[in-house]
Amino acid sequence: MAAIVFAPLAAPPQRLWPLLAGLGAMLLAGLAAAGFMETQGHHVTGMTNRVVWGLPHVFAIFLILAASGVLNMASIASVFGRTDYKPLAPLSALLAIALLVGGLAILVLDLGRPDRLLVAVMNQNPRSIFAWNILLYTGFLVVVAGYLATMLNRRLGRHGFRAGFTAFLWRLVLTTGTGCIFGFLAARALFHSAIMAPLFIAMSLAFGLAVFILLLPVAAWLGGARPGPALLQRLGRLLAIFVAASFYLAVVLHAGNLYAPGGRALERFLLLDGGVYPALLWGGQVLVGTALPLLLAFTGRPIAAAGAVVLGGLAQLYLLIIGGQAFPQDLLPGLRLQSSFGDGEVAAYVPSAPELLLGLGGVAIALLLAMLGCRLFRILPTDLPEPAA
Amino acid sequence: MTEQRATSGRDRRFVLKAALAGGAAAVLAPGVFLIAETQAREPAAAASTAQRWGLLIDVSRCAEGCTRCVDSCRAEQGCEDRGPGAADPQWIRQIVASDPQGGATITLPVMCQHCAEAPCVDVCPTGASFHRADGIVLVDRHLCIGCRYCVMACPLGARFFVDRDLQDQRPATPRGKGTAEGCTLCVHRIDAGQRPACVEACPGAMVFGDLNDADSPIRQALARHPVTRLRPDLRLGNGVQYQSL
Repeated sequence: MAAIVFAPLAAPPQRLWPLLAGLGAMLLAGLAAAGFMETQGHHVTGMTNRVVWGLPHVFAIFLILAASGVLNMASIASVFGRTDYKPLAPLSALLAIALLVGGLAILVLDLGRPDRLLVAVMNQNPRSIFAWNILLYTGFLVVVAGYLATMLNRRLGRHGFRAGFTAFLWRLVLTTGTGCIFGFLAARALFHSAIMAPLFIAMSLAFGLAVFILLLPVAAWLGGARPGPALLQRLGRLLAIFVAASFYLAVVLHAGNLYAPGGRALERFLLLDGGVYPALLWGGQVLVGTALPLLLAFTGRPIAAAGAVVLGGLAQLYLLIIGGQAFPQDLLPGLRLQSSFGDGEVAAYVPSAPELLLGLGGVAIALLLAMLGCRLFRILPTDLPEPAA
Repeated sequence: MTEQRATSGRDRRFVLKAALAGGAAAVLAPGVFLIAETQAREPAAAASTAQRWGLLIDVSRCAEGCTRCVDSCRAEQGCEDRGPGAADPQWIRQIVASDPQGGATITLPVMCQHCAEAPCVDVCPTGASFHRADGIVLVDRHLCIGCRYCVMACPLGARFFVDRDLQDQRPATPRGKGTAEGCTLCVHRIDAGQRPACVEACPGAMVFGDLNDADSPIRQALARHPVTRLRPDLRLGNGVQYQSL
């Protein structure tokens, strides 16, 4: 195999500047939204004391999952020895860092007291899975930065396998931890399941690869090497496997609830009569996020398949995170409850503009960081050879 | 005449002494009895594991439509009330539960259960949610970053997030925009040897006391009546227990 040559991003100015301006505007709008939410208080959002995590968390979890999954390209190359994918490895690692920073930025800016970030760093409750995740996220950034360094620096290259293997294991643990943030919650019927960890891993592989497939043509448009059809087809088929795995685990989650009499009210809400939530499940997760990408991936349209996975994934996370909170908590199983707090009723949630802007601001942070990284380092391959059949 | 004067002087002194003693008893007795009931600590003493404060609520004596506990809590803690809905923190709320088959209803107040195995304490990333030594679950407003994971984790919907500027804050209960909060069991009153405001206002459905003290009224009531806890399946070690539920 010929030596791979990497180069810094050298985009044509007529393409670079409008893109930078657009992303910069998104970032500023997101920061303004976060400032507005913080100064006014969260009552200006759709979030309430029943639905306490809203649209920003959907975006944040999507980016955090995609960050873990997008590293798969690098893992395939250096851990599983598929040298075909080596040209994609540095971009994969850079995107992993950029997407995670974007996701974490949303979470931090959505805090009630984002000014106390240092408090979270200085005070860790060892019993909290959330605190463990803070360690896992920061550790992931360090490990992947080290892994990226082994790709960029010839002298460090001999540590590539070890760094890649560490990053591979780390991201599995990290996504397990993200799943457990929900899976460990006995308080919410939809979340409390051990399957959340593998489900989140499967989602991360699908979302990460979908984002990667979508960004490859963007990198080419900005002056990087153009991915050939054979490479994209192969990535599309891999995406289909991840989508199928994610769907399978989601089916098992719902089937498990349906089998137990106590879980049927929840499933009835999610599958049939929960208003927007069944629409998101059947229309978003199943149709757009699963059936459509499978069809598109196997009919030679991997980029469209990736786009559908992103849209379906956002729908799936909205359904999971917000639907799981909207369904009433069962304080007295078997009895019908009424209260001024809305006990026994489905909690209303209408996402607000500041929440959407904050979420999009996180996406802008991720993309701007990725562009900055591509400009500063030799990330993009000058040539993308088609994989051997 | 002199003897008569001396006798009346002795009588006056006796009456004065009796009046003083009676007055002192009238002033001090309620405090002494309250202290005997709640075993309040010395003002400077730290909370101790010797005590485990708890509530027993007799649901059969909790009348539908009675909101004295809710009203007294709001007045004591300065929590706002902009009408029904999920927006305002409701440190204590009244739930009407009905049987879907028979239609029989019960009414019960629900507040933070001050669980021994509190999910809010476990999940809090910074340790802002914590147990005081005497079992009261509190939020350290200086450590809370406003992540709301405790609100997600509470199985009873008894933890809240302050989502706007606050007015009319009570000195004994500082609250903070952007931080989590919940029933403190009126910890400031307990430390002063008083009962929680909701218990004071309740016409007789609530008993407050030390679950570690075998002679306390709450323990004696617990010995007489079978009780249940909210979400007993979760084994939370609720400090709040319900009779006739």
